[in-house]
Amino acid sequence: MDALEILKQVNNIFIDILDNDDIVLTSQITANDIDEWDSLTHVQLVVAVEKHFKIRFTATEIREWKNVGEMCYSVQKKLL
Amino acid sequence: MNEITFQSLKRNLKKDFSTLKTTRVAVLADSASQMYVQALRGYGYELGINLEVFEADYDQIELQIYDTTSELYKSKPEYIIVFYSSIKLLKKFAKLSLNDKSTFADNHLISTENLYQTIQCQLKCKVIYFNYHVINDAVFGNFANKTNVSYVYQLRKINYELMNLSQKLKNLFILDLNILQGQYGSEFITDNKIYINTELLLSIDFLPIIAKQTLDIILSIQGKFKKCLILDLDNTIWGGIIGDDGLENIQIGELGIGKAFTEMQLWAKQLKQRGIILAICSKNDEVVAKEPFEKHPDMVLRLEDIAIFVANWNNKADNINYIQRVLNIGFDSMVFLDDNPFERNMVRTHVQGITVPELPEDPADYLNYIRTLNLFETPSFTYEDEKRTVQYQEEAKRAVLQNQFTNEYDFLKSLNMVSLVESFNTFNIPRVAQLTQRSNQFNLRTIRYTDDDIQKIANSTDNITFAFSLSDKYGDYGLISLVILKKGGDKTLFIDTWIMSCRVLKRNMENFVLNTIVKIAIEKDFSEIIGEYLPTLKNSMVKDHYQNLGFEGNGGKWNLKIKNYEPKSCFIEIK
Repeated sequence: MDALEILKQVNNIFIDILDNDDIVLTSQITANDIDEWDSLTHVQLVVAVEKHFKIRFTATEIREWKNVGEMCYSVQKKLL
Repeated sequence: MNEITFQSLKRNLKKDFSTLKTTRVAVLADSASQMYVQALRGYGYELGINLEVFEADYDQIELQIYDTTSELYKSKPEYIIVFYSSIKLLKKFAKLSLNDKSTFADNHLISTENLYQTIQCQLKCKVIYFNYHVINDAVFGNFANKTNVSYVYQLRKINYELMNLSQKLKNLFILDLNILQGQYGSEFITDNKIYINTELLLSIDFLPIIAKQTLDIILSIQGKFKKCLILDLDNTIWGGIIGDDGLENIQIGELGIGKAFTEMQLWAKQLKQRGIILAICSKNDEVVAKEPFEKHPDMVLRLEDIAIFVANWNNKADNINYIQRVLNIGFDSMVFLDDNPFERNMVRTHVQGITVPELPEDPADYLNYIRTLNLFETPSFTYEDEKRTVQYQEEAKRAVLQNQFTNEYDFLKSLNMVSLVESFNTFNIPRVAQLTQRSNQFNLRTIRYTDDDIQKIANSTDNITFAFSLSDKYGDYGLISLVILKKGGDKTLFIDTWIMSCRVLKRNMENFVLNTIVKIAIEKDFSEIIGEYLPTLKNSMVKDHYQNLGFEGNGGKWNLKIKNYEPKSCFIEIK
């Protein structure tokens, strides 16, 4: 799966979990840019991304992402 | 049926809670509880209840409970949910010397009781306490069972002693996390990487389950629980179709997959033993349907276990309506099990309020699936509950007798009714408390009391209490009515509670009870009796109760002057 397709699917997950149809993700976006994205909803997002792509992140990986792009890159690595 | 997920529960939080009944609860936990609280409120919406939650800050359980000026007490919760996690308990345990490990459970139980008593000194409320997930800490292997200094030994002891403690302390209720761990597995309950990063202990998929279990307990204490299990026959309690396969070929016991059905029957039989009414609703000839109950050696359920047996070719919704009329309980206190999805849907659509679970396709999976639904939560149990089926069967006989009389007076006279009148005492307190928890219809003020509450009421000289038992020539109804009277300053007696079981409607029991109340009022020199009707969704049958008894309405309350009271007629003798 290519990076763009992953970003698109992650975008749909954000829309569903954060209950906001207007979210448009780019790889630079961080939690500071989206109101509903806080430490609690972050947990939901992580779990939803895992379920959707059928992957599992490690405890360290979920602390390391600085933006959406880095999260998507983690996903891509696990799908190879 | 839409699946319930954490996400769907969260969406509920944005919906309109204003029409729902409010209940105040507090949540105290030593792990992060925010998502549990979200799931709890969201699931409350599903079940029609608005939970107003005071959520203490992280890891403040003792702080909130032992400080009598804390926000916990200010929030005046009706339920306090206490969740100590096993994983933090293990950390405390691990640091102890071997000696201290050996007394860990004993000390923990003492602390638990202290917490409970401290709460009860400040507030009249129920405490819902999570028991402990048994972690295999892999320190002793299976040998953990053979030493008292292992975590496994001490934790199992805590869980066991918590059961005993909750039997002693009536306002303490245990939420059985340990049994859920058995059903779902440790890996399902906790997502380790999330816990390590955030202190959120319970996984997202587990949250709806634990929220529902919490609400099941709260709702049962509030009087919402199931009283009746209605069972289909073919492919539900035996394999095959009795009409086609015949007695020798239906699968129960060792024949075919009979084991699956035998286990269902064993479960139903135990429900009956604990006071759940069993009914049959089957599309079959009645004689054909009854044959296995009468003749098949492997049947666990027999006709005497069934309070109402309905087998005919009518539509099941109509039959369930009939069952409801005979039992006179709400549809929302019934569960209907049927292997056929068409029948399930049809009943769900046409019978408002009844619970109709889906069933897995494979009968081998029925019972395990049903166990996850926790259908039969209850706030109380007494040994008298076992008699409930017999009581409904006796009632059916009275119904037949009644048809033979053309007038009500002659019928009532022919029953030879006798009532035993007692104050609340050690023997009847459990049943009295249970009646306050179960009765919805003939209940003037719908106040729920636990055994402890009733004990306090009985002990206080401010109150006069009456418990009425009734029997007639057909059998014993047991304890069917209770009254709590509070003495007022100005020679008035206030009726705090007046409850009657619906099984004794149309017996003029109300007249007997009022005669009893007036008699004691005269003896103790009271001049006036005051009653109050607090309307609920279920008690409209008693809205004119005081009016019918000759009380005068007075701005929401009703009063009766003793002076010119004429005893009301009834065919009930005092025992």
